[in-house]
Amino acid sequence: RFGQLSSGSDMAPDWTMKEVSTGTTIMAVEYDGGVVIGADSRTTTGAYIANRVTDKLTPIHDRIFCCRSGSAADTQAIADVVTYQLGFHSIELDEAPLVQTAANLFKASCYRYREELMAGIIVAGWDKRRGGQVYTVPVGGMLVRQPVSVGGSGSTYIYGYMDSNYKPNMTKDQCLRLVSGALSLAMERDGSSGGVVRLAAISETGVDRQVILGNQLPKWSTA
Amino acid sequence: MDSQIKGVSTGTTILAVTFNGGVIIGSDSRASIGGNYVSSKTINKLIQVHDRIFCCIAGSLADAQAVTKAAKFQISFHSIQMESPPLVKAAASVLKELCYNNKEELQAGFITAGWDRKKGPQVYTVALGGMLLSQPFTIGGSGSTYIYGYADAKYKPDMSREECLQFATNALALAMGRDNVSGGVAHLVVITEEGVEHVVIPGDKLPKFHDE
Repeated sequence: RFGQLSSGSDMAPDWTMKEVSTGTTIMAVEYDGGVVIGADSRTTTGAYIANRVTDKLTPIHDRIFCCRSGSAADTQAIADVVTYQLGFHSIELDEAPLVQTAANLFKASCYRYREELMAGIIVAGWDKRRGGQVYTVPVGGMLVRQPVSVGGSGSTYIYGYMDSNYKPNMTKDQCLRLVSGALSLAMERDGSSGGVVRLAAISETGVDRQVILGNQLPKWSTA
Repeated sequence: MDSQIKGVSTGTTILAVTFNGGVIIGSDSRASIGGNYVSSKTINKLIQVHDRIFCCIAGSLADAQAVTKAAKFQISFHSIQMESPPLVKAAASVLKELCYNNKEELQAGFITAGWDRKKGPQVYTVALGGMLLSQPFTIGGSGSTYIYGYADAKYKPDMSREECLQFATNALALAMGRDNVSGGVAHLVVITEEGVEHVVIPGDKLPKFHDE
């Protein structure tokens, strides 16, 4: 099918009437002692790249981050709500919140408002009780913990790569290589993913962020 | 999209990879109706169109069977006229003509792979609308989206036969593990100057990955 050759007015370009979306590739991996999370940096309105250096790795608390995919507005709004709720809860509790708590707060919002929202979120972080954890809250509002999770439009292309390259009990550096390799493969194939690779490693000692620029990404033998 | 085909369709995973001295063409074996019912667990999607040329089908099974039957006839006729084995490119072109000229009615895509004396091992893909493209390797079908990353990362030119067999088997197993309309057994055909070898790997003998 060729689909629609044009939609809406021919006078205005399509990015004036398309919603801003983080069609994207996001990923998170647990290792012994923490988690590694990563994302591409492209935000699109239709065919136009509204932001080519987006930061899709959003802090929710000191040692808890979320990776956002789907509607940029929806995911920002949800993340703001959860940041507030988690911060309040942490003050009441007088200790650092659990990653599972943050994940459940995301799930609560994403499930209750599932008809209005378009948001796929991966929640990852470190806490004292269970160490590094990754929880995925895809569109619809399900919640499940996984040792490794990928999300966003580009994720379909890297399921095979991830299944074959992930092994349990990897080190932090192996995880960083797995995530940056997988993200660069997805960015090559998915039109809605691209730009730079943003990585973060979260552990007991804190959060270590890095950026890998386009020309420094791993290269593969065929384009 | 494969899932919008009415009737029996091969929501599927197919691939073809060249290696040093030959080419491997492979597929899963599941045929489904609408993605809800598996109408065949053991269908063979690798069709031999000539001695050293195979093609594999994705999309509507009915369309694919009709097109390959017509193509097989045209290719053997051409081969008799030329008094020599057909070129892989010729076989791919025959499929392309059929797909392009009937593009409104058809919903099938093909991968053609084989060996000929002029250019050795080759892989051609004929997409839905009738585009013909030559590539060192190619993947297709609904399950292929899940293995683009794996294939891009793991393919290297001039592999040995064993490396290529491992690559193709792993790729099929990974795709079958994630795509619910691909499954069953893995069919692989190794085509070289010497001949053609059919390898079948049942589902329980396929490579397993970390969460299985």
